[in-house]
Amino acid sequence: MSILIDRNSLVLVQGITGRQGGFHARLMMAYGTQVVGGVTPGKGGEWFESAPVFDTVRAAVQTTNADTSLVTVPARFAPDAVMEAADAGIKLIICLTEHIPVADMMKVVAFCKRRGSRLIGPNCPGVMTPGQAKVGIIPAMVAEPGNVGVVSKSGTLTYEVGFAMKNAGIGISTIVGIGGDPVIGTTFVDVLEMFENDPETEKVALLGEIGGSAEIVAADYIKNCMTKPVAAFIAGRSAPPGKRMGHAGAIVDGGEGSADEKIQALEAAGARVANNPEAIPSLLA
Amino acid sequence: MKLHEYQSKFLFREFGIPIPDGQVARTPDEAHEIASQLGEAVVVKAQVHVGGRGKAGGVKLARDADEARQFAADILGMDIKGLTVEQVLIDPAAAIQQEIYLAITNDRAAGCPLIMSSMEGGMDIEELNRERPEAIIRERIDPSLGLQNFQLTYIASAMGMPRARWRSFGSILRSLYRCYSESDAELAEINPLVITGGGELLAVDGKVIIDDNALFRQPKLAAQRDASGEPESERLAREAGITFIKLDGQIGCMVNGAGLAMTTMDMTKLYGDADGIGPANFLDIGGGASPEQVAAALRIILSDAKVRCVLINIFGGITRCDEVADGILTAYNEVKPNVPMVIRLQGTNASEGNAIISQARMPNIASAETLTQAAQMAVAAAKEQA
Repeated sequence: MSILIDRNSLVLVQGITGRQGGFHARLMMAYGTQVVGGVTPGKGGEWFESAPVFDTVRAAVQTTNADTSLVTVPARFAPDAVMEAADAGIKLIICLTEHIPVADMMKVVAFCKRRGSRLIGPNCPGVMTPGQAKVGIIPAMVAEPGNVGVVSKSGTLTYEVGFAMKNAGIGISTIVGIGGDPVIGTTFVDVLEMFENDPETEKVALLGEIGGSAEIVAADYIKNCMTKPVAAFIAGRSAPPGKRMGHAGAIVDGGEGSADEKIQALEAAGARVANNPEAIPSLLA
Repeated sequence: MKLHEYQSKFLFREFGIPIPDGQVARTPDEAHEIASQLGEAVVVKAQVHVGGRGKAGGVKLARDADEARQFAADILGMDIKGLTVEQVLIDPAAAIQQEIYLAITNDRAAGCPLIMSSMEGGMDIEELNRERPEAIIRERIDPSLGLQNFQLTYIASAMGMPRARWRSFGSILRSLYRCYSESDAELAEINPLVITGGGELLAVDGKVIIDDNALFRQPKLAAQRDASGEPESERLAREAGITFIKLDGQIGCMVNGAGLAMTTMDMTKLYGDADGIGPANFLDIGGGASPEQVAAALRIILSDAKVRCVLINIFGGITRCDEVADGILTAYNEVKPNVPMVIRLQGTNASEGNAIISQARMPNIASAETLTQAAQMAVAAAKEQA
């Protein structure tokens, strides 16, 4: 088992005829992911490799029975694309798009909850279950199948840690990139709960960063509800307050959201916190 | 993007929130003229993007126009926390009966707008939150529905607003909510909202921050950007489309991805802090890392004279390290840096990339295999250059 996606996931790519969408759809197919279709309004009836292209998510779901959708469309159109997927009954929506206004995301996240769809992201690298499927842009080379679950706010930092784990001979059950935006569909706690309930996940690596309080809430959950060991790294110890460090959500604001308070909370909850991401494998050994 | 106090208040006025009838002056004479027109005691307020202006001497009460000119002369050109004051707001002084705090912000965890209000306004909200959190009323708003009337009543009654003021307070809060949502603000704050001697409500100070990701649909607000406090390097980066933040250390960092960029900074501090060495900047070069991007990033990093070493850390996922290596060499030959560089390429085609770097035999360039090693080498190089 694994969480969120596996070899049986039936995946749509919204924006499959775009440069990014097409590029990553090919890599996903090569990895073994069942990409059953694409959606680009105005291009219904065309084909992308072996996958039919539809004008609407609704039409795509009727024909392909897709249960998962990857949203790769630009920020101005992404909120609409996510809501379209939720409205068409897609259960898992993964949105890679960066730079979506927060006001739009607040409405979209509320809409997805009402429709019973799980949204991952936005501004995330996606989800990968090594050896089975990947939905998003996580490179195949950074992970082997195994029993450590990885949940992270960031892309390349996750690759870095995954790669260090692979070199140390540690495999991964599923990698979930939840995204670096202030308002996101799925939080650390949501994913920790899934890992806690997944029989194939034995340990968890959590990669957080400055800004917001999601890591503090995660620490509470680890302390009160988790039986599986957690190793963690928090990026941004050297970041000055009041500055937004690349990710829209990565800002220490009014003394809240600093790396030190997150590290303290995680340590107090019993998690092992690394001061160097390359030390994560040794904390999982 | 932060708006100045005067920009925030003028925006409030567009949404029907009463503000003092003030104007902005850039010279002492302008201050004198505005104060004479107002014909009463005025407050001269520095317009800079930092808190604590009052404590720094950037806010002064003048009895007449001559005094306003004098205070404006004192405040204009003043340095407040590293920023030079270039404009002052001249507001008529208000007779204050009560100071109220009122703000709307994004509740990240709940994913919805949050209204915060208190009858104990005037002071810094973080201070109030530490000392008397129970004095702040918090109300979350359904993002799909917006602010409802029952919520206005709840907020006014829970905070202890005098009943005679409910109506005017409700209308201001409704206007502030419209201002927050129609301006794509991540913060719209009135502090203080004053009950004047005559019982009127007046937004005496204001702060608005606009969501950078929404500026594309807020052209009027985007045009109000005041980049005067922005370091030259940050301006260059913004124009080149590179995410860059200047810091005060010695190791210039060039990294792909925001999380890894922060981590790389952290590593230089982890190994360099004992010797007073740390990151000179945050720089996320983004996905492609083309020669043009690498060259632009290198130029921006080297525009900081404090930089004693450049650390390039690229984890190639989709990006291929051999292409990045070519980009680095092209940029190197173009920019000709006179400080040592440590390059760490990992991930897709890393060995090919490292071979390209080592075959070029650049005297100033060293390769590292791991991030830990790269950070330690950069710290050692920076120490040597000291």
